[in-house]
Amino acid sequence: MIQINGTAVELAEGTTLQDYLDQNQYNPARVAVERNGAIVPKAAYPSTVLADGDQVEIVHFVGGG
Amino acid sequence: MEPRNPITKEQIQRALRERHSAGVQDKLDHARVAVAGLGGLGSNVAFALARIGVGHLHLIDFDRVDLANLNRQQYFLRHLGMYKTDALKEELLQINPYLDIRTDCIRVTEGNLPELFAEDPIVCEAFDSPEAKAMLVNGILEHFPQAFLVSASGMAGYSDSNRIQTRKITDHFYLCGDGIAQTGPGYGLMAPRVALCAAHEANCIAQYICTTKGEEP
Repeated sequence: MIQINGTAVELAEGTTLQDYLDQNQYNPARVAVERNGAIVPKAAYPSTVLADGDQVEIVHFVGGG
Repeated sequence: MEPRNPITKEQIQRALRERHSAGVQDKLDHARVAVAGLGGLGSNVAFALARIGVGHLHLIDFDRVDLANLNRQQYFLRHLGMYKTDALKEELLQINPYLDIRTDCIRVTEGNLPELFAEDPIVCEAFDSPEAKAMLVNGILEHFPQAFLVSASGMAGYSDSNRIQTRKITDHFYLCGDGIAQTGPGYGLMAPRVALCAAHEANCIAQYICTTKGEEP
């Protein structure tokens, strides 16, 4: 089980962070992703395989300031 | 022009210590905070930090003051057309002329970010566009993992005040706002709610400064 934004989710074996963002219609230009306490560099999204026990926080930014 | 009765640095320091206590004020005096984006969030954050005597401020924005900014940003008619960096610095020095204020009138990019924020242990993200917010947050967290970063997302319109919250993402990264309310037709950014969110950011920074141990970050 993987925790994403506080919710436990079941993902297919080998699902990468990039896959998850695509499947859930996240715009990669508007997110920051933290995994197990550290930022995931954007360049590493396609190579980051989400593994059992991972704690992931996807911050999706909306406009305004 | 020299003011007739200039307030001395010692007078201001005494007044701040009277309010905040010496222990707290020493930390604020030595703190260094970068504010990236000087619109509704950043101008309000900078005002709050200047008022409590945060000693070193780094103000960053590329834009000029526009009439449409005055519904929420801390500028006056006399500032129209001025660079926000210059206008805000002028205002903050009227609150406390002894603050050390660095300005960079520049658009932050992935390319210039590492050099621009190299001396800033605390960074406040206060941009408008979601892409710029994400770029800054990713850049700071990647290049400066020891920096303390406060960002904001979701503060448009006039819905519930209490949905604006401060959320800890990691030890070094806090996120303020409701996470949802973006600007849209009939739902613009307005002074009350943007100021609420700015106050969350400023207070999160004040908390960090005042509760960390005395050593330089």
